Amino acid sequence: MDRLMNFLVSPVLKWALLVLAVVFPLISDNEYHIYVMATAFIWAIAVYGMNIITGYCGQLNLAHGGFFAIGAYVVAILTVDHEWAFWPAFIAAGLAGAIFGFLVGVVSLRLKEHYFAIFTLCVGFIIYLLLEKWEELTHGSLGIINIAPPEGFGLVDFTETVPFYYLVLAFLVLSVWLVSRLSRSLLGRTFLAIRISDDLAQSLGINLMRNKVLAFVLSTVYAASAGALYAGVVRFIGPAEADVVHTFDMITYLLVGGIGTLMGPLLGTLAITWLTQMLQSLEEYRMIIFGPMLVILVIFFPRGIVGGFLTWRGRRLANKASQQGQDGKSQTTVNTPSTPNADKQEAGNNA
Amino acid sequence: MLKISNLTKRFGGLAAVNNVSVEFPANQVNAIIGPNGAGKSTFFNLVAGAMPPSEGKIEYQGMDITGMAPDRIARLGVARTFQTTMLFDQSTVLDNLIVGHRLRTQSRLWDVIINSKRLRDEEKKCRSRAAEVLDFVGLSHIGHRYIADISQEERKRVAFALAMATDPELVLLDEPAGGINPEETENLADLIRKMVKHGITVCLIEHKMDMIMSLADKIMVLDHGEKIAEGTPEQIKNDPVVIEAYLGSEQDVEA
Repeated sequence: MDRLMNFLVSPVLKWALLVLAVVFPLISDNEYHIYVMATAFIWAIAVYGMNIITGYCGQLNLAHGGFFAIGAYVVAILTVDHEWAFWPAFIAAGLAGAIFGFLVGVVSLRLKEHYFAIFTLCVGFIIYLLLEKWEELTHGSLGIINIAPPEGFGLVDFTETVPFYYLVLAFLVLSVWLVSRLSRSLLGRTFLAIRISDDLAQSLGINLMRNKVLAFVLSTVYAASAGALYAGVVRFIGPAEADVVHTFDMITYLLVGGIGTLMGPLLGTLAITWLTQMLQSLEEYRMIIFGPMLVILVIFFPRGIVGGFLTWRGRRLANKASQQGQDGKSQTTVNTPSTPNADKQEAGNNA
Repeated sequence: MLKISNLTKRFGGLAAVNNVSVEFPANQVNAIIGPNGAGKSTFFNLVAGAMPPSEGKIEYQGMDITGMAPDRIARLGVARTFQTTMLFDQSTVLDNLIVGHRLRTQSRLWDVIINSKRLRDEEKKCRSRAAEVLDFVGLSHIGHRYIADISQEERKRVAFALAMATDPELVLLDEPAGGINPEETENLADLIRKMVKHGITVCLIEHKMDMIMSLADKIMVLDHGEKIAEGTPEQIKNDPVVIEAYLGSEQDVEA
């Protein structure tokens, strides 16, 4: 049991997952499956962004889908109407995510808790309305077709599914890597302190606004970049990309995988995506399965799959350390059993 | 250490703190007592900057900090604990304390991205400070435990440690002994004495009179937002105005 437990948090598993992701197109001969996986990775990137502001910093941002759509539309408008190439447009999309994120963040983050959530819900809807009604810019409800795919500089053709899969995988790895750095850094701890309580964070000398805006901008850059990649693979987008349904989908991924954990967003996104695929024959009735499943999950694993596992493991390690402490009571420095574990704990929190 | 002049805070027509002037000298335990709703917590919130005063002036070490943002006041060396201890349940005791020293560090997003030497050094510093304060409050043996699994008294101590991790000179403790038993209260009082011995000035709000009377060097009594008395525990104990505020006057009894 312990061996399995340790394996699940060891870096070996992460490398194994990566290898699995790399060989997936080779073992799967079904191109559709590879395509589904690639789009799931794109959503996962956006969910990682949501995890920064909602999971680590504790601010429920319901405009996340809107920022995803902004990224997609920047690429669409620039490549179709202004004949930009994909990569400059991709960078512009990231910048747009940062700029709009900053502007929205500075205003909305003055509000707390559910007021913030309701405000951002409205922001998301305003983004949707703008995309639908501002026809000169966005082509209105018709949407934009023939978006340029990412150019491969003559080396690869990203209109093919498999190369695009690897491109998205590379971005996903980069995203996870950055979040893993962030989450175990002092900055990540600063965000966590804000999640516990604004008052507590301030009493610890943390500048609330600056850190919240930073987390918010990071999350919107993630969302916009994911949206830009999405535009590059689907190559047709409409205002529906900004539908609040996408935001709630992402919240579901986050809750299932484990909010505020490192691997939660990926696991949650993949789990739900493939479950949806498997239940496709049920069409809308699949909600009959999703609904109770979510209820059960929230009751028994409020921190999602990864969070639940980490809590269980942490307790186990702590109990073990306490037992060791009792066995060797003569030790004056009770610190000894805890120090090595504290390091492991940190690694554990990043699993 | 802390000099308050004519401090007033109004919420609409209600003055929660009304024209309070008081001075709290350094290196001792200063207590604020008073019946429920006397404005004690509001007074703390004003000093810590959590809300701006309507009128008056707050000077800390000769510096005017009136209306200053709470995080800036914290960086000047004022730490506080809250009535309800707020900690991260799903994390270990030691992990909870590391962020306490964050305000003495400089690392930004860029340091995180490139994993700079500054970030690594500062993280080491925060970690060792966390271990130090954990030792200070006598909880080194439970550093690895989850916050959700420790006792109420231990949580109070962790909250103290978190405040200590900010390297404060003045610590505001809001009902530190709330919800814990008499024996634990005595231990916590010892810890507060230890803090003073280490050069920290303590201001605390408390309802447990036994604890206050044996612990405080100076007591201020608030009632309906106004200061009705201040002095040593001995003076306060025998002050008729205080007794009246707490027990009601004879006239009230007759009426």
